[in-house]
Amino acid sequence: MESRTRRLAVSSIAALAAAALVAGCGGSGSTGSSGADGNTLTLWTHNAGNAAEYGVVKQVVKDFNASQSKYKVKIQAFPQGSYNDSVVAAASAKKLPCLLDVDGPNVPNWAWGGYLAPLDLSKGQVAVKDQLPSTVATYKGKTYGFGFYDVALTMYSRKSVLKKYDIRIPTLDKPWTKDEFSDALAKLKASGKFKNTLDLGTGDPGEWWPYAYSPLLQSFGGDLIDRSAYKTAKGALNGENAVEWGKWFRSMVTKGYAPQKSSKSPADDFRNGKTAIQWDGSWSAQANTDKFGSDLAILPPVDFGDGPKIGGASWQWGMSSTCANKEGAQAYLNFSRQTKYFVDFAKATNTIAATDAAAQQVKGYETGGQFNIFLKEAQKFAVVRPVTPAYPYISTVFSKTAMDIMAGADVKGALDQAVSQIDNNLATNNYSTGS
Amino acid sequence: MSTRPGAAADVPPTRRATQRRARRRESLAALGMVSPAVFLLVMFIVIPVVLAFALAFTNARLVSPTPAQFTGVQNFRVLLDDPLFYKSLRNTFYFAVVVVPLQGGLALVLALLVNAKVKGVNFFRTVYFLPVVTSMVVVSILWTLLYQKTGLINELISHLTLGLVQGPDWLNNPSTAMPAIIVMSVWQGVGFHMIIWLAGLQTIPQDLYEAADIDGATRWTRFWHVTWPGLSATRTFVLITITINAFALFTQISVMTQGGPLDSTSTVVYQAVRTGYSQQQTGYASAISLVFFVLVLAVSLVQRFLTREKD
Repeated sequence: MESRTRRLAVSSIAALAAAALVAGCGGSGSTGSSGADGNTLTLWTHNAGNAAEYGVVKQVVKDFNASQSKYKVKIQAFPQGSYNDSVVAAASAKKLPCLLDVDGPNVPNWAWGGYLAPLDLSKGQVAVKDQLPSTVATYKGKTYGFGFYDVALTMYSRKSVLKKYDIRIPTLDKPWTKDEFSDALAKLKASGKFKNTLDLGTGDPGEWWPYAYSPLLQSFGGDLIDRSAYKTAKGALNGENAVEWGKWFRSMVTKGYAPQKSSKSPADDFRNGKTAIQWDGSWSAQANTDKFGSDLAILPPVDFGDGPKIGGASWQWGMSSTCANKEGAQAYLNFSRQTKYFVDFAKATNTIAATDAAAQQVKGYETGGQFNIFLKEAQKFAVVRPVTPAYPYISTVFSKTAMDIMAGADVKGALDQAVSQIDNNLATNNYSTGS
Repeated sequence: MSTRPGAAADVPPTRRATQRRARRRESLAALGMVSPAVFLLVMFIVIPVVLAFALAFTNARLVSPTPAQFTGVQNFRVLLDDPLFYKSLRNTFYFAVVVVPLQGGLALVLALLVNAKVKGVNFFRTVYFLPVVTSMVVVSILWTLLYQKTGLINELISHLTLGLVQGPDWLNNPSTAMPAIIVMSVWQGVGFHMIIWLAGLQTIPQDLYEAADIDGATRWTRFWHVTWPGLSATRTFVLITITINAFALFTQISVMTQGGPLDSTSTVVYQAVRTGYSQQQTGYASAISLVFFVLVLAVSLVQRFLTREKD
């Protein structure tokens, strides 16, 4: 008996000690500010596995540290896969860095969650109004992030292939219509020369789904959410147009045009001639050009009725709301807003520089250049993903619904279910929304 | 200590005092040795579990400007109306019900085979054990390639049947996705349990087999009356570890199918992780985990009851 009581006492003491230790850890972190030690600021980036872009980040920081003696910025790089988790964990421990990069569509969520602070970008060399609208993240009238570049969705094919099967090569001013596109697919399929008539790139399960396929939905006239008030997805995501989109999306599989699940590297399939038309992004343009030269056809997205659409917003930079040295963080961000860095980022990542002036200096993107089409697409067709803190939730629901539709789910039923889930989430969380 | 009071009375008082002091020192030492383990357990098991239970009754979110609020059984009410939860539950039990006997049985067969005293048996032991030491993520990616519509498995099927049978698109077909994952999981895990069975087999005294041989027992009776009873402790261990592993099915799903197609491979743990992280609904994910904990606990208790030591 005696030893049992003692055992109980001992374990309670251990438990208490552990609890006290945990409480102590929590307590020391909750001083309200972090990310800076005096005038030394911490900067987080998702670029650990991406040497080219990381190189530019390091260059900007080096130049900033050399340009003045007051502040010093220190970089910490994370692999992209675990970056968001690290930020969320740091935020709950109140250990956010002063400066951090953030994927565009997540900005409203992080601003709403109190991670990000509004920015004053008026002191930078490049004016905010000169940027592509999709590269500046605003939430409730305030700016929370800006990016140096954007990317554009596009279709790749080969001019020789399209000519051979008597298919008109679409232009920015006159993109394919839905019927023309169906016609082209039917001709290419009938040739029997291609493993994939169309490759939508369905093998990648991440944010690619909402990024790549919600613009198709928008081109049909649907959307992820009713953007008039951001209070419901009803009508937008389960209306007639959305159902049309769902049926078309599934028909790509049932007609044998597109694989239900693409291979791990659809871009290689295209370059190896297995795919006739590939739905992809501007980032593949250089590699495709290297392979096919002037035979490469960069096609604008199809107009399914409501005009061609592409997704907007890529990685952007912001400042945490708990930053202990906001002046320093602002100084860094404004310093980074120089045309040469816009150029460097765009060159390093094969992306569209966020300003016209910078784009003119990136080979291929200048007026008349073969990649200039991407800049035009980003200016004319880009739709940012819904500016609401609910976006991460909407994104997962849309991905799953689109996957279900592609696997043969009843379109109307799947979309109705998605709407009820999204509406439920919107109702229980009472988000404030709007750009 | 309530044992042997008579023995203690015989000892002179001074000796008893020394003994008590020694015992106290011993228990202090024991305390010192056990404290790192207790600390880690409390820190990483007890506290998270208690937190999860508490969060299940709140509307806690991963990212939120407002602190979590107590919402009573709201999460559980939503859960009861969630069709995906029932599908996930069904898939999880389907997986467990097939995998537990299949993996346990196959592991026993392999163990019996590699227990034979023939040359080169270590080679086979190593081969069967190789998948176990390979990361599940790697195995899942490789098998995703094998299961492709034009992957190795379908090519084999086509060649073996002289092109008469064309295999399905394994992971993209709602009726074949789960069986495909089951086969892969058994292949990956069977080596581990083979080693456990093998250890059990080697604890059975050889003279029992010799006695059985003298009695003229057939191979089957020998297995049934010597081997099988001799493995009772091992059996319980294998049963419980496979069951727990099966219920925790997550990695394969996350890498290979993401719960699809049409929810045919969604499992409870996968749903909880997706809800808690991707969808940021910490409270709801905790509720899923809590309900699942109760269900798994019930299954474990039944198993314990069935495998208890019978006198």
